[in-house]
Amino acid sequence: MREGKKSTLKKVLAYISSYRWILVLSILLAAVTVALTLYFPILCGQAIDCIIGPGEVDFTGWMVNEGLYVLAKRMVVVIFLTAVTQWLMNVCNNQITYQVIRDVREEAFAKIQILPLKYIDGHSYGDIVSRIIADVDQFADGLLMGFTQLFTGVITILGTLGFMLSINVSITLLVVILTPLSLFVAKFIATRTHDMFLLQSKTRGEQTALIDEMIGNQKVVQAYGQEKKVLERFDEINGRLEKCSLRAIFFSSLTNPCTRFVNNMVYAGVAILGACLAIGGGSSTGLLAFLGGAVTVGELSCLLSYANQYTKPFNEISGVITELQNALACASRIFELIEEEPQSPEPEHPAKVEHFDGSMSLEHVAFSYVPEQHLIEDFNLQVKKGERVAIVGPTGCGKTTLINLLMRFYDVNSGRICVSGTDIMEMNRSDLREGYGMVLQETWLKTGTIRENIAMAREDASEAEVIEAAKAAHAHSFIKRLPDGYDTIVSEDGDSLSQGQKQLLCIARVMLALPPMLILDEATSSIDTRTELKIQNAFAKMMQGRTSFIVAHRLSTIKEADIILVMKDGNIIEQGNHKELLAQDGFYANLYNSQFAR
Amino acid sequence: MRRLLVYLKDYKKESVLGPLFKLLEASFELFVPLVIAQIVDVGIINGDYGYVWKMGGVLLLLAIVGLTCSVTAQYFAAKAATGFATSLRHSLFSHIQSLSYTEMDRLGTAAMITRMTSDINQVQSGVNLVLRLFLRSPFIVFGAMIMAFTIDVKAALIFVVTIPLLSIVVFGIMLISIPLYRKVQAGLDRVLGRTRENLTGVRVIRAFNREDEETEGFTEENQWLTRMQMFVGRFSACMNPVTYIIVNVATVVLIWTGAVRVDNGILTQGQVIALVNYMSQILVELVKLANLIITVTKAFACAGRISGVLEMSSSLSEEAGESVEETKSNAYIQFRHVDFSYKGAGADALTDIDFTVEKGQTVGIIGGTGSGKTTLVHLLPRFYDVKAGEVLIGGKDVRNYPLEGLRAKIGIVMQKAVLFHGTVRENLRWGIVEEEGMTGDVCGNGEADRTDEDALMWEALEIAQAKEFIEKKEGGLDFEIEQGGKNLSGGQRQRMTIARAVVRKPEILILDDSASALDFATDAALRKAIRNASEDMTVFIVSQRAASIMYADKILVLDDGKIAGQGTHQELLASCEVYQEIYYSQFEKEEGKEGT
Repeated sequence: MREGKKSTLKKVLAYISSYRWILVLSILLAAVTVALTLYFPILCGQAIDCIIGPGEVDFTGWMVNEGLYVLAKRMVVVIFLTAVTQWLMNVCNNQITYQVIRDVREEAFAKIQILPLKYIDGHSYGDIVSRIIADVDQFADGLLMGFTQLFTGVITILGTLGFMLSINVSITLLVVILTPLSLFVAKFIATRTHDMFLLQSKTRGEQTALIDEMIGNQKVVQAYGQEKKVLERFDEINGRLEKCSLRAIFFSSLTNPCTRFVNNMVYAGVAILGACLAIGGGSSTGLLAFLGGAVTVGELSCLLSYANQYTKPFNEISGVITELQNALACASRIFELIEEEPQSPEPEHPAKVEHFDGSMSLEHVAFSYVPEQHLIEDFNLQVKKGERVAIVGPTGCGKTTLINLLMRFYDVNSGRICVSGTDIMEMNRSDLREGYGMVLQETWLKTGTIRENIAMAREDASEAEVIEAAKAAHAHSFIKRLPDGYDTIVSEDGDSLSQGQKQLLCIARVMLALPPMLILDEATSSIDTRTELKIQNAFAKMMQGRTSFIVAHRLSTIKEADIILVMKDGNIIEQGNHKELLAQDGFYANLYNSQFAR
Repeated sequence: MRRLLVYLKDYKKESVLGPLFKLLEASFELFVPLVIAQIVDVGIINGDYGYVWKMGGVLLLLAIVGLTCSVTAQYFAAKAATGFATSLRHSLFSHIQSLSYTEMDRLGTAAMITRMTSDINQVQSGVNLVLRLFLRSPFIVFGAMIMAFTIDVKAALIFVVTIPLLSIVVFGIMLISIPLYRKVQAGLDRVLGRTRENLTGVRVIRAFNREDEETEGFTEENQWLTRMQMFVGRFSACMNPVTYIIVNVATVVLIWTGAVRVDNGILTQGQVIALVNYMSQILVELVKLANLIITVTKAFACAGRISGVLEMSSSLSEEAGESVEETKSNAYIQFRHVDFSYKGAGADALTDIDFTVEKGQTVGIIGGTGSGKTTLVHLLPRFYDVKAGEVLIGGKDVRNYPLEGLRAKIGIVMQKAVLFHGTVRENLRWGIVEEEGMTGDVCGNGEADRTDEDALMWEALEIAQAKEFIEKKEGGLDFEIEQGGKNLSGGQRQRMTIARAVVRKPEILILDDSASALDFATDAALRKAIRNASEDMTVFIVSQRAASIMYADKILVLDDGKIAGQGTHQELLASCEVYQEIYYSQFEKEEGKEGT
């Protein structure tokens, strides 16, 4: 665990190192700022020492110090200098933080593009998104806070110590000995409240789960009239939550008063000791010399403000350290993503197929998502140019698996898949995918205009070509009716389009490019049968002369196929055309006949 | 926010005592500079050690009293805040439960869940902070000023100038930066949106070789965000330096004025120190206040959203017209010229729907996506109210039934198969109407009750074609279903939801496209079992598959919210063009004949 933390820190530093000059500048500025901030109370103290009593105020410098006039001028200069360096330091820190996280985010996103689909399918989108967004954000907060507060905090502590020592040793000792008490108090409370917070977040989690489930399915709850029962369960958790949050909030909120109490004690101690030393100022007894010599009233006031300043960073630093730890934890989650094994590299000398003729062969293909669970074993298939392959079977039978393999979203475990006689493993993924046109069951639209969405396959397509493709997919008429026509902005979760319309757009996308091989996964499931009928013709035209794989429920599509693959539980259990399969009187025949059972 | 204050009313005592004790603590804090001034002016000048120790003791005493007060204040604030949040959560939860489908559609599930969880948490910590700190900071700011006045009026005038200036700067910077932060948030949302989109569309993006363009687009958005963040950062980084300048310049002026007044014998050295101390207290408190305001603004925004939900009232009025009796006629269910439109939608979702169904009949509803099939069946359990016309069950308008009683008559299986975390038994029990319910099939008590219930459940599972796989599961009826039914397959989930609807032996069973994940064979077996289960049960089957509904007693063909035809399969095949189209797109002509 510790090792992990260290290596995460190292990686973070590696990112920061691109901005090391700004970092150096920031540290320098921090040192200057702190020195100036600490110098100011000294000037104040000196000024106060100039003010002794009626008629005894030194404006021009006839006593030991410089006069009040000079001091005041100096103070104003110090104030403005401090402000400028402080601002510059903050700007530097901003610069470093935001550029570092920009780099991290960019790298994470670029990583997504080359991650194997296995990783993406195996993790919820929310998880990956929260790594790139929420974790990076949290990381930025921690980093920024670390830069601004940790640096200045440490420098302030050291600087204050130095300045205090230069004024009086014994008072400094008093402060140094007493201050860590507040840290102990804070730590003590934190460890005691840890369990309470754990209980609170557990209870809260329990409640959120219930809310998520019940409100998420409110319609079902109402349909079954379960509102009262659900509310009872909710109230039971709610009551428990109230009790444990009260404890957690109350006990943790003790930290502030308690540390403040310690600070006030330090303050009182400095006041008493300082005052005693000031009284003894005139005489130089042995005890006084032992305590570090006398102080003036001005120095006392300066020490008092130091005592305040010295304790503050201690309180802050404990907060910063938890924040930093949190930030490191977030960083390690991001790095986990960034360092995830990418998909297998492209071949060094990729084979290039000049022209896909549409022929395909699968030889002894074996594949499984998890090693222990064999899915496809020794699968052989020859598809000639222009043939139509239908994949049939109950949901979850692994129809999409086959598509995953053909498109090389996943790689086969053994055996090989050849397209136009070339093993697809020897080709660049992009070259292979160029040969396919794909319409998936889940329609996906990119945020952008309709035109951009259709022209996805060929960015250089002309307006006329886009419209023609839309017409072929029977999408033109509804696009025309949209407020901005082809310039209407659509998005994946935008509800301006119906599911069916979205699917038509996805079809138009393929219509535009018309690659030699087609993959249609339930392509028309969301389109009502009448519209579907209309696009069937377009489809038929599109499929002419092209090799196509179709995952379909509809019998009419299935029956016309040259090869029907019947899948069940991930395996291809039957293979042949409609007549052959009916003659086999197996699973397919049963499936087919059951449609007509009364 | 005001609307939510009622939830504090049970905690009046706490919400008053909390701030009160906090103010007490603050007052003690204000005395500290005075004590120091006394130490300097009396103790040091007179060389009185005893006095110094006495005043030191006073400082300690002030610290102890301050600690006691603030601990008390923390306790009351925490108690009020958690109590407030608890009762607010309760009310909001039960309020959301009372909302009708119309409001739920408008709000959206995700929004409701956020309201219930993170929004309430934000408000809770807002209330806690306000009770503890909101009065304290202004109190110290003004208290320090007043204390300064008690020392010296002329010197105090510096405070009168400084405080407003400081407030203007602090709040001015905040006012300008809050909208800027909102812009940053929007930028972050866009980056998030892009990331999410990229993940959901990963197959399409890779299939079209768009990885590089996507990365480019992301880089652009990301760069914009970074620039915005740095700009806002530079701006809000002014806050500290500027306040530092104001307060410290004021201090210099204070010392100078003080020096002049001391020279004239009006003030003492100690008093000047006290004045300087008051000035630095003000700085600390103003910065705290600024941070506090950010948190409170957030809490206010959340509170506003919560009140928005609380103000929403159910659009279904429940005034059970007891006077109307159920009439025994052949027409068990009647739709009379029903028009319906979703709230906010322009066009009607259903237009002039008019049909009757006899008790025990099976009705098939078929039509394209968006033709209004689901909407139609949702009017029966009164998930929505009709816009015009009426829906009658047993001769009585659905609006005249008590909602609970009406829904107890109906078993509905929705398109989305929803199961809840718990055992199979617990899930099925949802379907069972309890004694006080209308149909009351389950009564009696004790051991026998349990076995009765088991038998009932197995029967339902058998009808739903789920018996076989539940039997195979470990524990049978006590098999634990995970949240969302994740440990069951899609088809299994669907069959479980059917069993849940069947187990209540409803008068009306509605299957809304609920066999979509089932293969043809199971679908057919299911339909057969349901038909055999009960003579009296009226069944509605909504489907896109002609095969699922072709043997129904009555088929309604919906097209664009209107009835395009009704009758039996044979009649429709002969007369209804829409039906023919649907049918022949799924079966070729000869098969149609073969089937019948």
